[in-house]
Amino acid sequence: MNMTSTVAGIAPVPAAAEPVERSPGFWSGVVRKLMRDPVALGAGAVLLTLILMAIFAHQLVPSDPYATSMLKRLKPIGFEGFPLGSDELGRDMLSRLMLGTRLSLFMGITPVLIAFVIGSGVGILPGYAGGLVNTLIMRTIDILYAFPSVLLAIALSGALGAGIGNALLSLTIVFIPQIARVAESVTTQVRGRDYVEAARASGASPFTIVRVHVLGNVLGPIFVFATSLIAVSMILASGLSFLGLGVRPPEPEWGLMLNTLRTAIYTQPWVAALPGVMIFITSISFNLLSDSLRSAMDVKS
Amino acid sequence: MIFYLLRRIVYTIPIMIGVAFFCFLLVHISPGDPLVSILPPDASIELQQQLMKLYGFDRPWYEQFAHWFWRALHGDLGTSIASGRSVSTEVMRAVGNTLMLSCMATLIGFLFGSLFGFVAGYFRDSWVDRVASALSVLGVSVPHYWLGMVLVIIFSSQLMWLPATGAGPGGSGEWAWDWAHVQFMVLPAITMSVIPMGIIARTVRALVADILAQEFVVGLRAKGLTDLGIFLHVVKNAAPTALAVMGLQLGYLLGGSILIETVFSWPGTGFLLNSAIFQRDMPLLQGTILVLATFFVVLNLMVDVLQTTLDPRIQRS
Repeated sequence: MNMTSTVAGIAPVPAAAEPVERSPGFWSGVVRKLMRDPVALGAGAVLLTLILMAIFAHQLVPSDPYATSMLKRLKPIGFEGFPLGSDELGRDMLSRLMLGTRLSLFMGITPVLIAFVIGSGVGILPGYAGGLVNTLIMRTIDILYAFPSVLLAIALSGALGAGIGNALLSLTIVFIPQIARVAESVTTQVRGRDYVEAARASGASPFTIVRVHVLGNVLGPIFVFATSLIAVSMILASGLSFLGLGVRPPEPEWGLMLNTLRTAIYTQPWVAALPGVMIFITSISFNLLSDSLRSAMDVKS
Repeated sequence: MIFYLLRRIVYTIPIMIGVAFFCFLLVHISPGDPLVSILPPDASIELQQQLMKLYGFDRPWYEQFAHWFWRALHGDLGTSIASGRSVSTEVMRAVGNTLMLSCMATLIGFLFGSLFGFVAGYFRDSWVDRVASALSVLGVSVPHYWLGMVLVIIFSSQLMWLPATGAGPGGSGEWAWDWAHVQFMVLPAITMSVIPMGIIARTVRALVADILAQEFVVGLRAKGLTDLGIFLHVVKNAAPTALAVMGLQLGYLLGGSILIETVFSWPGTGFLLNSAIFQRDMPLLQGTILVLATFFVVLNLMVDVLQTTLDPRIQRS
């Protein structure tokens, strides 16, 4: 167990932050391993279905997800015309859950993607430069790291106010320091490798070294770490909407749907729990796929 | 080691100043005038300026920060804009409730997490291991606010065994360690314990599997030590790391309790944050975040110091 933290010591850098040496056929090997892993295939199939559902939501929904009906509020699962019941305004749950895939996936994945791009840059620079630049950037990042993620997300979006943009911004800021720390630690390891020394000795500019020798070997592990954050991001993003800090009504989003149905847990409990099932399925699939990806990329095993 | 500890403790000071500065900035990144929530829309300019002065918003930012930080060091976190009461008093009252709930949840998570992790690591690659590993994936993937709702549906709305919300009979009142009060804690504590349980189970499984693969275990077996004797050796070797993970998890729960407290209307810091956000009460938001983040930083420091002193295998320079 790697529990050695630096003097910074707020928390140890997450495991699995070893550089992956790029070799011919490495990625096709990873893909081949994933294709033979039933867990990865299952999780991948679920996620693919969800993504397709998000893209074609408007063509697929059985009825209008926004159409309210005061007479048909909170109908049970299997009620005529409402296969998964209806919500507190009489809207079709199935259609709203399907259309909700759009915003929920978008809100969960986007912050990690942006944080992957920014965090890699913010981490690779001090990792490669070392010295004072490293100290300055990494100690600033430590400050953001001194907040538990949920608290940081809520502090930021609470101060910025409700809304999709503010929620995305807050979550991105939550994930940047985490990704930057991993990026910095992997880059520092790569920097000391022989091939980097050799390139430097033969007169390659720092830019060329980073582009040719560093990026290829560090982006893989950073990416794997980033994929492990998507599940957290899904739960947090829906959590913000659940608190009323993210998506606003009447847009369908699973966290917001859970929030508005919270009062219905005594009248229509199983309908009220449905949006959470969707969040759960999505986050398990991302976690499983990320675990499989990590072990597929682990050259040692 | 002494130098490491000293450096580690001293390093906490700039971190804390940075954390405080971040909390201070929260007021300034929030859109609109922070006084808007108390001012009537037709307030005169004089009244506005008077209040600006009273809350110190008329001075430059560094003066405001220095002033605010100095008072925060003395336990004065300002005045809540919505209630007009002292932020410190409000936060301290709420922090007790959150701490109680988080400690209970960490304890439950640690007990069951180490149990599952231990069994899984001991019988590695058996069906027990697969079940325990699957449970820990479920534990870290579940949206805990939803799990809270499901538990309320099952145990409160359907079976009617346990109360759904609040922290004691008849709304408010003092907390007591009798069943009338403790029953209110059961569901939120179990809900909250799921994430640390999953993480501790994963950690302990890896630890136990690692330790059992080491040569000294083979040596002990060859020496004729019983399974119980070996078990004690494994526990001793796994304990420092497992306890460190537990300490960190407590910190995460303290800061992350808002979602669960909202589901169960638990009168802790999460509840306070919620009302601060929706009444745009920035001093209260700022103060609560600062206190929770301070807990987190101090807890991290304590875990690090304890681990360094307890575990002779950790070499730190």
